[in-house]
Amino acid sequence: MHDLTFPLRWRVVLLTPALAFFACFWLLPIARLMQISGDGHVVSTYLSVLTNRRYLDSLLATVALSVAVTLCTLLWSVMVGLFLVRHAFPGRRVLVALLTFPLAFPGVVVGFMVIMLAGRQGLIGALTLALTGDKWVFAYSMAGLFAGYLYFSIPRVIVTVMAAAGKLDPALEEAARSLGANPWQIMRDIVLPALAPALTAAAAVCFATSMGAFGTAFTLATDIDVLPMTIYTEFTLNADMVTAAVLSLLLGVVTWAVLALARNLTGQAAAAAA
Amino acid sequence: MDRLPPQPSVLSVAATRPGARKISAHQPLRFWLLLMQALLTCLLCAFLIVPMVMSILAGLTVNYFRGLASGLTLRWIEAVLGTYSDSVLASLYVAAATLAIVLATGMPAGYALARSPTRLARLIEEMLVLPIALPGLASALAILAVYGSFSGFRNSLWFIVVGHVVFTLPFMVRSVAAICASVDLRTLEEGAASLGASFCQRCYTVVLPNAWPGVLAGALTVVTLSLGEFNLTWMLHTPDTKTLPVGLADAYASMRIEIGSAYTIIFFAITMPLLIVMQMLGVDPGGNLQRKPARTARRDVGLPPLASNSNPTVDTPGNDKRATNPTAQDPLR
Repeated sequence: MHDLTFPLRWRVVLLTPALAFFACFWLLPIARLMQISGDGHVVSTYLSVLTNRRYLDSLLATVALSVAVTLCTLLWSVMVGLFLVRHAFPGRRVLVALLTFPLAFPGVVVGFMVIMLAGRQGLIGALTLALTGDKWVFAYSMAGLFAGYLYFSIPRVIVTVMAAAGKLDPALEEAARSLGANPWQIMRDIVLPALAPALTAAAAVCFATSMGAFGTAFTLATDIDVLPMTIYTEFTLNADMVTAAVLSLLLGVVTWAVLALARNLTGQAAAAAA
Repeated sequence: MDRLPPQPSVLSVAATRPGARKISAHQPLRFWLLLMQALLTCLLCAFLIVPMVMSILAGLTVNYFRGLASGLTLRWIEAVLGTYSDSVLASLYVAAATLAIVLATGMPAGYALARSPTRLARLIEEMLVLPIALPGLASALAILAVYGSFSGFRNSLWFIVVGHVVFTLPFMVRSVAAICASVDLRTLEEGAASLGASFCQRCYTVVLPNAWPGVLAGALTVVTLSLGEFNLTWMLHTPDTKTLPVGLADAYASMRIEIGSAYTIIFFAITMPLLIVMQMLGVDPGGNLQRKPARTARRDVGLPPLASNSNPTVDTPGNDKRATNPTAQDPLR
């Protein structure tokens, strides 16, 4: 397409700084990381890492944790998001603002919030000690990590759910109700299908973020074997750059694939809805 | 946000019909569902907000173990400012430098990509977003592998700035591209050009005034992300180049809980204003404007008749697909 007011020369000039920076400080380094991960004999290096029991366990634990976090986040956020969109009460705006603040917290701060709740001097510990005489401290385990990942995932998904639910046509639900559908049927046949594209995208982001989350795990405990922690230990303690490179590229491929898949699934749906 | 679904008027009509019994049969179920939703909402508020309040209180109490009864003090905040003021300042420098570089590179790129309807432009756009689709750990290892041995560079704050720019650039590019695509800049620019405006004149009178809300949204996002960035920064930092979140991790690991909490208060104090402004402007966490940009943006356009009459697309809220498509994971974790 010929564009008189924006000749090719200007396009190149305007794009060059960003592309140069990107090529210099991301493309080139990632290419080098791939080269390092190959270590001269690509197949055997990758095979030895992938068949290593410890790394495999770490990968599976991370995937299982991320799936659990994603499912729980979706369930909780849909319930709360729909409630917040449909019911007006004083202070709702402030409440929504407070609920979305955790979005800007770094992983380390999220970890600290979990320590505040479930750590050695945490609230849950104090409450359970008073109620049952037994002190519950789970911040420094997989359960603590689960709580932390929920803490940073839910606000993001709630924002998405509220935005999507605000666009729902209330007439559809009214019609269903007047035809005798019960609340579960309305949820299953009307609300969820309408939210599906937004939820798919949010689930993918939630899963990918949980897979790559490092700060929370770093604050809570260094001996939980989730993949980012494994990569970190390989790199710093064992100075094993090859394994760290293989694992981080593996992690990158998984998160990128999930995000790309969700985008392909929802891209068409979004286009159809627009 | 304040829009409420109208009360179900259909119900009152339906109540007089034969199907009415069926509907009322669902009333208890609906009540329990509502109750459950309300309970879950309260539980979520407790889960998300209580720890924030607790950490603020903990940073202000004399002895957290003994509780609020031990009295309130600013001692811990002073201690943090004494020990960690360098890392707080470093973070502010890094955020400012990151913002400057991202503005200089990302703003023109976003505009150029939005004005180019070619497949190559879409490909470049996809490529530029890659750093946020991959975990920060991978990018940090990669940068270390290539530039880690340049010790002058490695030991300066610029090393961290580079990491932050790589990470935040996509947000600026997307934000600017989305707003440029939602306004028909080509028509506006052709109008200006036909009246004899040069490229630079058009930049100042047409492009920048229209893209300004997107630039602002992108800039706020970039600064917030840079101030909170940990994953990359932890790998890239040296003992001399600690940023705020790196200091936080350090305080959580090695200091008493009151100091960690006081440091968290300082972090809140620095980021909360940014978040509040973002929320007032309707910027979502991905750096996109959710609502229609402010009206003033259009009033400033150099060519009012053209902008308000001949270009209906100016008025539509950002219906660009990019604005609603979350393509990247949350970079802060």
